[in-house]
Amino acid sequence: MTGSSALIWPVVTAAFLASLVEAVEALTIVLAVATVRGWRPAGLGAIAGLAALAFIVVALGPLLDRVPLHLLQLVIGVLLLLFGMRWLRKAILRSTGVIPLHDEATAFAAETAELREQARRNEARLDWIAALTTFKAVLLEGLEVVFIVIALGAGRGMLVPASVGAGAACLAVAGLGLVLHRPLARVPENTLKFAVGVILSAFGVFWTGEGLGVAWPGGDFAIVGFAAMFLAVSSAAIVLGRRPKTRALS
Amino acid sequence: MMVLLRELAGLFVDDGALALAILAVVGLAGMVAVLLPNTPLAAGAVLLFGCLAALVSRSNSVT
Repeated sequence: MTGSSALIWPVVTAAFLASLVEAVEALTIVLAVATVRGWRPAGLGAIAGLAALAFIVVALGPLLDRVPLHLLQLVIGVLLLLFGMRWLRKAILRSTGVIPLHDEATAFAAETAELREQARRNEARLDWIAALTTFKAVLLEGLEVVFIVIALGAGRGMLVPASVGAGAACLAVAGLGLVLHRPLARVPENTLKFAVGVILSAFGVFWTGEGLGVAWPGGDFAIVGFAAMFLAVSSAAIVLGRRPKTRALS
Repeated sequence: MMVLLRELAGLFVDDGALALAILAVVGLAGMVAVLLPNTPLAAGAVLLFGCLAALVSRSNSVT
């Protein structure tokens, strides 16, 4: 197995898990809008969001080929570090209880309450507001998915495996949402964000280093080592973060 | 549009201090790569351990 082919499954898995989180968040908002205003404005907004996303991908996608590889690796690596370590830090803070866990059921309740309040204030414009809400949710979460696919796939010609992972996650969440008609509150979002944060941070270090001209020992397999180090350090940060609370309780 | 742009920036920057620390580490690693071209692993070490240190230092506080 070559270094690059060894990356296929990590890339597919990382794209799948990261996109799963984003798709679940988008689904929660679409379902909240559909619950309050019906499927028409929710669906129209979501479809418009997907169309805008497709336009952005088609318009900007070919530009990727024109960027020199080292510059692409450096830019993507830095963005991955910012994105992945942001998720990782948040997951650590949630695990230690510094900030509350993200709860899709609570997010769903908050979104429906806000839309009902807007309905009370301004009934006439509400379908537009509802459609705009789903448009924004699908566009923003979709952009995160697109970024994840590009970030994981562009540096080593792995856009197809990354797209397959992301597409499978989006289809799975959309399918479950259509069947269940309620937010996917049982998805262990913080655990997923922790795992994906570890993987994206490891990829970020790897690509940034490659962009700076670092020849990593072991080639692509170095990513596994980086992931293990991020996992160990983050786990230690969680244990240390929980300790004062345990002492105070005892 | 501004809301969209702000939310887009928020995808990458949540804790400003963490983002600054990451950029500083990358900048430092870049300087090491330029100053020590014969030992490219030095830049890699600065990058890896700098990022881990930034993560640990920003994982205890909320700003």
